[in-house]
Amino acid sequence: MGERPSKTEQGKKSAEKKSVATRDAYGEALLELGKMRRDIVVLDADLSGSTKTGKFGKAFPERFYNLGVSEQDMIGAASGLSLTGKLPFASTFAIFETGRAWEQIRQTVCYSNLNVKLVATHSGITVGEDGASHQAIEDVALMRVLPNMTVIVPSDANETRQVIHAIADYYGPVYVRLGRAKVPPVTPDDYQFKIGRAYTFHTGKDVNIVAMGIMVSIALEAAEILKNEGIDAGVINMSTVKPLDTETLLNASKACRLIVTAEEHSTIGGLGSAVSEFISEHRPTKIIRIGIRDDFGCSGTSEELLRLYGLTADNIVKTVKEALK
Amino acid sequence: MRPEVNESDINFLKEKAKILRIEILKMLTEAGSGHTGGSLSAADILTALYFYKMRHNPKDPVWRERDRFILSKGHAAPVLYAALALSGYFDKPLLKTLRKLGSPLQGHPCSKLLPGVEISTGSLGQGLSIANGIAMGLKLDGLLSRVYCLLGDGEIQEGQVWEAAMTAAHYKLDNLCAIIDNNGLQIDGHCCDVMYIEPIVKKWEAFGWHVIDINGHEMKAIVNALNEAETIKEKPTMIVARTIKGKGVSFFEGKVEYHGMAPTHEELEKALEELER
Repeated sequence: MGERPSKTEQGKKSAEKKSVATRDAYGEALLELGKMRRDIVVLDADLSGSTKTGKFGKAFPERFYNLGVSEQDMIGAASGLSLTGKLPFASTFAIFETGRAWEQIRQTVCYSNLNVKLVATHSGITVGEDGASHQAIEDVALMRVLPNMTVIVPSDANETRQVIHAIADYYGPVYVRLGRAKVPPVTPDDYQFKIGRAYTFHTGKDVNIVAMGIMVSIALEAAEILKNEGIDAGVINMSTVKPLDTETLLNASKACRLIVTAEEHSTIGGLGSAVSEFISEHRPTKIIRIGIRDDFGCSGTSEELLRLYGLTADNIVKTVKEALK
Repeated sequence: MRPEVNESDINFLKEKAKILRIEILKMLTEAGSGHTGGSLSAADILTALYFYKMRHNPKDPVWRERDRFILSKGHAAPVLYAALALSGYFDKPLLKTLRKLGSPLQGHPCSKLLPGVEISTGSLGQGLSIANGIAMGLKLDGLLSRVYCLLGDGEIQEGQVWEAAMTAAHYKLDNLCAIIDNNGLQIDGHCCDVMYIEPIVKKWEAFGWHVIDINGHEMKAIVNALNEAETIKEKPTMIVARTIKGKGVSFFEGKVEYHGMAPTHEELEKALEELER
């Protein structure tokens, strides 16, 4: 999405730090892990330049497997490697990883609870010009429904690096959703990622915005605008979508009148659904889901597409103000 | 590696295969459902693997240096369960719980529930990719263990099989030996009427495999093929085992309806008579 200038306090502070795509942070983290651990193996399906696994492949060719254009076979091979005690990271674009190979992930990785890490890049509409065929807006839903699966959507490069290290130390299937576009840093300097724990920037008395991935920085912008208009808006980075941090959610729902979820994903089955499922059962609170409404993406620049689908600070502000009227 | 087999070894294996078939039929009858035809057609192949070729230890199912077996045609679970029970992985009476609530003997093999099952299978076309991954991992570790993978002939209609076929040849997985249980039938009829799969041998050769074409019920041929596979370097081996669906029970042989049907108690009695004759 290019270098989106941040208008928030948080953003100004972090503007000194560079915007970095989460996929780039993944490539670096894999290199670090590869040096630390002999059991790490990496698989890709002919997209190692784009997913950034190619860096690992150059450094450790004997532990890197390019499977060619065959995602289903890649998941099977990753499963087999895990059965010999290796720790496989299998990467391709999110739509092919979770869509094309969904049944392989279900039948082998999840059913047998294998230690396979699925790290997909090019999620969401910010893939941009390639258009709908390459824009995964269903992947979180597809992975979240699977027993044994953990689903993580990092918000920036710092968090991505920590996520990759954290999942290497965790046994079990994990899906990590990364993006193509550069994202501004949002996590604070002392941030420490933990699987299943959300990060609350601020708990709002009027509204709390629960966001994942690139929508965290956009939610922070929206909260800043709302604050200037006298509305106390909180922001929660729900980077682990499964298992959901229900304690944080419950506290947020107790503090406010309205919850807004924000995701670069379909409003069906993703973060908005996960939050709605929990809140409606435990503390019914009004929830508005911002995301892609039962639609496909299309070609355009990342910025244009975010505007087209209403994934902007302005749209979050407008939605909140209307709901709180 | 084993030395040349003698006649008494072969006779021992033939006898084992008969016992395997008896156990398959008994457990299927008890279960009241399941896949009879494709379990019987693979009985000789699994006998040769579990009682001759594979290095494995029923007392230590996760022994690091064991050979691995992946049943890609997971619906033939009864033949795998019979081989595991007769090898000593679990007690034979457990076979009677096949497909029953709470049993580790699920309708299709589940590795989380039953020691000795390397990986859960049942959805066709996926086992060879997994076998490839295991073969890659064993090579990385410098282990000499070998990987065996049994596919159905109908199963090779799945596209993923051919992705895996390319991968095994590309990565020169000579520690991998796959076997096709080429019984010629699938649920909807003759394989070549449902979806033409021939020429099987030429296809695998074209994909860069060493192919051995054998009669899948001739014990000596199976044993020799498994031994030959071990000598092949830089290439994976495919044994195309020409088999008969329902083999061993005259009234099941070549009958497509016994793909997914269990014997009745009457049929079991007659079948056991035939086998024990």
